[in-house]
Amino acid sequence: MSQDVENIQMSYPLFRSDEYKDNIANKQALYEERHPQDKIEEVFQWTTTEEYQKLNFEREALTVNPAKACQPLGAVLCALGFEKTLPYVHGSQGCVAYFRSYFNRHFKEPISCVSDSMTEDAAVFGGQKNMMAGLENAKALYKPDIIAVSTTCMAEVIGDDLNAFINNSKKEGYIDQDYPVPFAHTPSFVGSHTTGWDNMFEGMGRYFTLNYMEDKVVGSNNKINFVPGFETYLGNFRVISRMMKEMDVEFSLLSDPSEVLDTPADGEFRMYSGGTTQAEIKDAPNAITTVLLQPWQLEKTKKLVQDTWHHKAPKLEIPMGLEWTDKFLMEISELTGKPIPKSLEIERGRYVDMITDSHAWLYGKKIALYGDADFALGMTKFLLELGVEVTDVLVNHANKRWKKACEEVLNASPYGKTATVHIGCDLWHFRSLMFTNKPDFMIGNSYAKFIQRDTLHKGKEFEVPLIRLGFPIFDRHHLHRMTTLGYEGGMYMLTTLVNAVLERLDDDTRGMGTTDYNYDLIR
Amino acid sequence: MAKLRQCAIYGKGGIGKSTTTQNLVAALAEQGHKVMIVGCDPKADSTRLILHAKAQNSIMQMASDAGSVEDLELEDVLKVGYKDIKCVESGGPEPGVGCAGRGVITAINFLEEEGAYTDDLDFVFYDVLGDVVCGGFAMPIRENKAQEIYIVCSGEMMAMYAANNIAKGIVKYANSGSVRLAGLICNSRQCAREDELIMELAARLGTTMIHFVPRDNVVQRAEIRRMTVIEYEPTAKQADEYRDLARKINENRNWVIPTPITMDELEDLLMEFGVMEEVDESIVGKTAAAEVAA
Repeated sequence: MSQDVENIQMSYPLFRSDEYKDNIANKQALYEERHPQDKIEEVFQWTTTEEYQKLNFEREALTVNPAKACQPLGAVLCALGFEKTLPYVHGSQGCVAYFRSYFNRHFKEPISCVSDSMTEDAAVFGGQKNMMAGLENAKALYKPDIIAVSTTCMAEVIGDDLNAFINNSKKEGYIDQDYPVPFAHTPSFVGSHTTGWDNMFEGMGRYFTLNYMEDKVVGSNNKINFVPGFETYLGNFRVISRMMKEMDVEFSLLSDPSEVLDTPADGEFRMYSGGTTQAEIKDAPNAITTVLLQPWQLEKTKKLVQDTWHHKAPKLEIPMGLEWTDKFLMEISELTGKPIPKSLEIERGRYVDMITDSHAWLYGKKIALYGDADFALGMTKFLLELGVEVTDVLVNHANKRWKKACEEVLNASPYGKTATVHIGCDLWHFRSLMFTNKPDFMIGNSYAKFIQRDTLHKGKEFEVPLIRLGFPIFDRHHLHRMTTLGYEGGMYMLTTLVNAVLERLDDDTRGMGTTDYNYDLIR
Repeated sequence: MAKLRQCAIYGKGGIGKSTTTQNLVAALAEQGHKVMIVGCDPKADSTRLILHAKAQNSIMQMASDAGSVEDLELEDVLKVGYKDIKCVESGGPEPGVGCAGRGVITAINFLEEEGAYTDDLDFVFYDVLGDVVCGGFAMPIRENKAQEIYIVCSGEMMAMYAANNIAKGIVKYANSGSVRLAGLICNSRQCAREDELIMELAARLGTTMIHFVPRDNVVQRAEIRRMTVIEYEPTAKQADEYRDLARKINENRNWVIPTPITMDELEDLLMEFGVMEEVDESIVGKTAAAEVAA
């Protein structure tokens, strides 16, 4: 049973040895009070039926595998996008351990984030003491220029007042009066990680601009602001920057964590790196306008931008796929008077060329998808442009207006007529749909790999392979560095998609002498 | 338009906060002011006299029925009663379960997001559960919400203890924000020298007694009919008392950071007015039998 030091095996294939097989079988038989295998199988088969799906969608009180994360997770990501900013979560320590490990597993980077470690006594007496000591210590230890405070459920349930606590901390000298501590209340029993991002950005905007609006003139700095929203594809920050540079448009990316979440291994640890500067966010109201890259997820930000900064914030959808990237670039061109350069026209042409090259393989393929509201909408649009038939779009946290908008996009295409849009649903709902609607592929984050396993268990012909696009992706490396926005994003997603289709076809046709007549060298 | 004034009413449980608030608000409305009442008490009885209702459907109840607060519309929860007074109840759980404080936070956030605080309003009154038991019940006095706090009290010992404790709470928020104590409202229990006592307490707290509301059975008669005195019997003497109170609050600009007193000081004050007897330290902890034996 012992391992050989020279050849240490992972659980697979180690547990396939007879010794382990017997051991596991004994454990199950003697200690686990396991149901008989045929009973387990019977229940499994039942969960794959239409009948079960109906019951599943009538479910009221329970969420199984939620297709969302919690508010402060988003707040932390937003804060990471600002220069020398330490995300600080007022609440319990375990929550922050979760945010750090969650991002760490996705980005494969250390995530700097602190909590003020509220415990039993803080729950009883309120967390002001924790806030005071926490701010003082965090500033002394990690020397940030900004501490961005959000909250966990515990602080929210007992009703801790961040504004009062932070002001008291300043008044009593724990931190300087003018030290920037923007904050946002982020109760996780409301909304999702996308709401948390939105709230934190609003907090940032309020802190740095609300009381300094007298000398601000819309358009005076001749820039365009971009607010990304909860965005985890680092390539997206880079592609927006690149396109704007090619257009010779001056811009500010308001919250840009693409440096700190992608630091080089050169022997130096960077707790902070890159990010939006204080000068940029303070100057933001002087811009021509503010473009929300994920508008459905930025409702509070939109209010701030329109009511406080007096920016119109053009009505644009997420720049995903061909048409919405076109619209995005044309809008920027109109706002700034700068023409769309040749280089972007060529890039667009290349993307269109790629679409036509792969069209034969993608046309009519059936795909179901889930994710955050703007991602799911953009993905839907992108897939329809390729001639992919979308079967289901599922989002946990989106409102009815979003559902309507998504249905309009689907109805406008011949490939979207049979699709269903689901809001407020989870991955257990999605699992049912995969069994009953049997799409060719599903698009989602790493969590859907278990749905793929389950569909395979029903039989090879029922297997719905997962194409990993979304957040989080824990079980594949470096995909967070890719791009989903702009023509470049279209190219990456198209490449991913068509190769998933071809991989699958190879898998299906690899049988020697049986199916290999179609196991072609050239696809 | 004059700036919206947001006032919170605190005080010991059972002291008559809801009755006083509703009569006061009715009087303000009668004097031509636009007023909204936000009930911050799971009992949801802060608006019944204005709406002639048993209990208004509360935000939390409807949110729980609809599935989430996000599914609610403002018109579902905001009712208009006597003299166009706008009424909202935050509501909350049954006693013994859940978290009523969070209910207050959720409800007020909802009202702000849905734009309940319209420009035409002159006053918003928060009628808050007796004791400020947790952070949630302090929601109405967070920054940019109520800035004036009125404490309803009487000459009874426990009511004054509560008033002093509430003043302590206000100090915490006043130091970092703009919330201020605006005065005491004495809701008479017909104790001896009650008015003098409350005036003295007010002075010690650094504020004033805004008005002394005498006891009158017409309040109960009106209440049985789910009405304010102002509406039920406009000519009653008591109605004029509430009108006086309304006028004084409208004119009141005496907003202070309170100076709460210590327990000993409060007890001295109570003894001075004969509400409390001086404690004979020699009898503390002695049973009746022991006293007889001695």
